[in-house]
Amino acid sequence: MAKVKFDIPEFRPYPTIPILKPGVMKGNGPFVAKPDMQEALGFPGELIDDWHDVAIDKMGDLLKKYRSLRVFLDSCVKCGACTDKCHYMIGTNDPKNMPVARQDLFRQVYRRHFTLAGKLFPKLVGAKDLTRDVLDDWYNYFHQCSQCRRCSVFCPYGIDTAEISMAAREILDTVGKGQKYCNEIIAKVYKIGNNLGLPKPALANTLEGLEEDMKDETGIDIKMPLDVEGADILLITPSADFFAEPHIDGLIGYAKVFYQAGASWTISSYASEAANFGMFIGSYENMREVAERIRKAAIDLKVKRIVFGECGHAWRVGYSFLNTLVGPFDFLDTRYPVPQHICEYTYDLIQKGVVKLDKSANDHRRLTFHDSCNVARATRMGDKPGGQFDIPREIIKACCNYYYDMEPDTIKDQTYCCGGGGLLTDDLIELRVKGALPRMEALKQVVDDHGVTHMAAICAICKSQFSKVLPYYGFEMDTILSVHQLVSDAIVLTTEVKTPG
Amino acid sequence: MASIDVNGKSVEVDEEGYLVDLTKWTKEAAEILSAQDELVLTDNHWEVITFLREYYEEYQIAPAVRVLTKAIGKKLGPEKGNSKYLYELFPYGPAKQACRFAGLPKPTGCV
Repeated sequence: MAKVKFDIPEFRPYPTIPILKPGVMKGNGPFVAKPDMQEALGFPGELIDDWHDVAIDKMGDLLKKYRSLRVFLDSCVKCGACTDKCHYMIGTNDPKNMPVARQDLFRQVYRRHFTLAGKLFPKLVGAKDLTRDVLDDWYNYFHQCSQCRRCSVFCPYGIDTAEISMAAREILDTVGKGQKYCNEIIAKVYKIGNNLGLPKPALANTLEGLEEDMKDETGIDIKMPLDVEGADILLITPSADFFAEPHIDGLIGYAKVFYQAGASWTISSYASEAANFGMFIGSYENMREVAERIRKAAIDLKVKRIVFGECGHAWRVGYSFLNTLVGPFDFLDTRYPVPQHICEYTYDLIQKGVVKLDKSANDHRRLTFHDSCNVARATRMGDKPGGQFDIPREIIKACCNYYYDMEPDTIKDQTYCCGGGGLLTDDLIELRVKGALPRMEALKQVVDDHGVTHMAAICAICKSQFSKVLPYYGFEMDTILSVHQLVSDAIVLTTEVKTPG
Repeated sequence: MASIDVNGKSVEVDEEGYLVDLTKWTKEAAEILSAQDELVLTDNHWEVITFLREYYEEYQIAPAVRVLTKAIGKKLGPEKGNSKYLYELFPYGPAKQACRFAGLPKPTGCV
């Protein structure tokens, strides 16, 4: 693949509203899914002849199914609060990346077909027909939204652009124009069990290799069990944890925590994926089918608990939707949250003193934490509001002596997206680099002010995206770490195993 | 469909430059693919490519980066058994770029 040439945005001395460059990101969008990928998901292989009528019918269906969608389309008053809140808008300067403008691509067609004024006087109310140009604009600009929902935090009406993007992507899939990156991955989950296409023998080989590494490092037999029937805990983690750096160090961290807790746990080769790309494409049916694999694995392996590894949107699906998608989970031990996040699990053990940490093991690092969008704005951890912000930070602080937050308007519920999301593909590298600008600026500030050396995260996509884009901004690619990598390095392992915690 | 010319024969590649039919891979194909990225393959590159192909043969997937670094460390010495070294060899990432030269499919997912 030839190198893509584009300008890397420069750090701004202070945040400013970007000078608009209309049409600068106009294009054909990401690669389109191949017919076999589309068909595996139940969508037409390629753009169908009657795409217009099918798209409008589908929009009508979605408006009936999701009342929120109609409310979001009706309630915008064009106040402008969202305009400069999107990382892609800030990084690209394209006015169609203003959340309101992105919504309007959809809203104009909605008005034309589903409002009286739009049917009678389209020009007066900004209503437009769904022409081929508009459809192409949808494909392009609804794939310049990572569905991070930062804009919705600032909208006085709480309009969620992500839901509009999801609806647009579902309509595009329904007429046969899906995105290759997401749909190829979902097809792999159905066929092999995970996004990577990692078959069981390869997974077993990888886990054995990691057990050897841990034995070399610690001298202790720390296991990574696979398909163990009757284990207490089923770990559902993104398959990137079995493959990529720095993800795999996080996986080693979970294994050490389970070991120290004396827990009986297992990974499933059937449900070897926490990620659920059905959410990114807005397809309830595909989201349910992917989630169903977790339920089946839990039943087949007769586990009592489900714990999710570090994966942002997986935790949104896990925390917010799992029970309604594929519940009830009354066959699990109801004394524990269903599901539980690995950070909740580890934090609890730290509180109980089961997991002891030697902070000095991380003295060569000065840390900050990147809140992942889906965890921050769509979920919770623990039993207190804001637990999803506090628990990962408490774990990090328990693992190191030097921790510094980035600017308040770039973290927690106002966190900036990493720039990846369901767009983590090489054909969108320009968008990914530009979209990372606000996070890179905030990182630069703590690097300059506090000598921060590393940024930890709890999302596989964030970790891969940052590994890729950090060098564009002058940082080392290994500046990004897994939170459980810090745990892994600081945990004090004892050979006398405690009773299960 | 795009293609590359290998010794006068046309070999199909997908829009991201990966071979469509993995059995069509040859050493010459690897050299042409690497030339597209302005890279000249050295013996050390070939160690990686050969390992990737052997692993794929056995497991139908590229190895985890950790598995690859360990194997390369054993072959080329411990100072080269790390992902930094692999990125020096394959600046666009050992997983993706090296897989492309080796004729393997592109790793998908959150990687």
